[in-house]
Amino acid sequence: MAAAPADPNGVTAMETIEQLHARIAARFPGVGATVVLNPGPAAQHSLLIPAAGARAIAEFLRDDPELQLDTCSNVTGIDWPDREVTETVRRTVTEPPPADTPAGTVPGTRVVEEKVRRAMPGHLEVVYHLYSVAQGHGPVILRLRTEDRGERVTLPSLTPVWRACEFQEREVYDLFGVVFSGHPDLRRLLMWDEFRDHPMRKDYVEPDDYEWEPTPHDRVLTRAQRHYPAPPAGSGDSATR
Amino acid sequence: MNPAAPIPDPTPSPAAPVPGISDAERAELRRQGILLTSIEELYNWGRSNSVWPLQFGLACCAIEMIAASMARFDIARFGSEVFRPSPRQADLLIVSGTVTKKMAPQVVRLWNQMPEPKYCIAMGACAISGGPFKQGYNVLKGIDRFLPVDLYIPGCPPRPEALLHGLMELQAKIRAQPLTGPAAPPHLRPGADGGECVIPDFGPHDLQPPHDPARWQPPRLIRTE
Repeated sequence: MAAAPADPNGVTAMETIEQLHARIAARFPGVGATVVLNPGPAAQHSLLIPAAGARAIAEFLRDDPELQLDTCSNVTGIDWPDREVTETVRRTVTEPPPADTPAGTVPGTRVVEEKVRRAMPGHLEVVYHLYSVAQGHGPVILRLRTEDRGERVTLPSLTPVWRACEFQEREVYDLFGVVFSGHPDLRRLLMWDEFRDHPMRKDYVEPDDYEWEPTPHDRVLTRAQRHYPAPPAGSGDSATR
Repeated sequence: MNPAAPIPDPTPSPAAPVPGISDAERAELRRQGILLTSIEELYNWGRSNSVWPLQFGLACCAIEMIAASMARFDIARFGSEVFRPSPRQADLLIVSGTVTKKMAPQVVRLWNQMPEPKYCIAMGACAISGGPFKQGYNVLKGIDRFLPVDLYIPGCPPRPEALLHGLMELQAKIRAQPLTGPAAPPHLRPGADGGECVIPDFGPHDLQPPHDPARWQPPRLIRTE
């Protein structure tokens, strides 16, 4: 960290995400971590690491003398459902020469824009926010992705690396359904043990127990109309109570 | 003395009841230093001034309840300072806060463990209706789905003064309770059993049952547009 400017409080600036990514790539060849850039003003870029090397990379981040990421402050989940993305692809096509073109002329080219629809399979994502209390820097954000949203939702637990992950990984298991292998006590945290759903998933269907309320709006209004359907036209029944 | 004279019957005949005494006359007697009262009034006066709440809090409303019990608001002025740590010794369950579905069976179980006569206050928007969490998946939409609530205190959270006002209203309700007849509390009605409230089970998707159908039904409503 020779390039880091001296901080009056003794806090050293952390290396950039690209530098960190390069060091991880050099240390763990063939693991294949990628940088996920955040284009927003927060610019909190993250490292997407594969499940296979997650434990080794996590231990490296904790034990590396420059990083010393000794604290995992937050673990959360993201549900990415199956979706279709439309991408604009630019392609250069060669114009077929007209029939009466004399031989030897160079065929013209033009750029064609095509909209390609591509199905993106859904997956679950777990996000870890790491800080260093010793060095006073952070966060380093890790992302882990499951293979899909159905059966293959197992990820390695990072609780053996950071003890603070224990309850938060239980919460992610409870609300998103990510199974953490190697977790010492993987039970539901907020919902009861007999509960079968994962409420923070996008396709969660909550119990249909809507009750009347005086000012429904938006999605609540839709539910209100479903539960209290309008009387058939001409029935004359307009009593409300 | 004529030995043949009949001995007067000390019991009044049921055909001629003792005429009652009006509240105004009784108040006048009290001003003269004569306390004339009934068992019912004395009994209700005593128990309305020693309502012991259960020491049980659920959310931010519990902080207001604790504030009401402290020196500034001083719930002891109303005889309710003895927050009991055991439901066996409590008269009043103040449901002070959000009742999650995971907590609801325990709240009902506490209520079932309290001896009669017992009263229930739903304190705050969450205990009344689910409050700001009504549209969520994990909050009970009002404790009156499982418990017989005597008093609702609106607010989010209600101020300690509101809780004190609610307690005074409850005291008025207790003082007005007759000790005989069909309106008497269940423990004074022979044959009447207050019964235990239904404790819901944890189901795979929701509480089972989601509400006690004998105690509560969803409001029926017909839309006009």
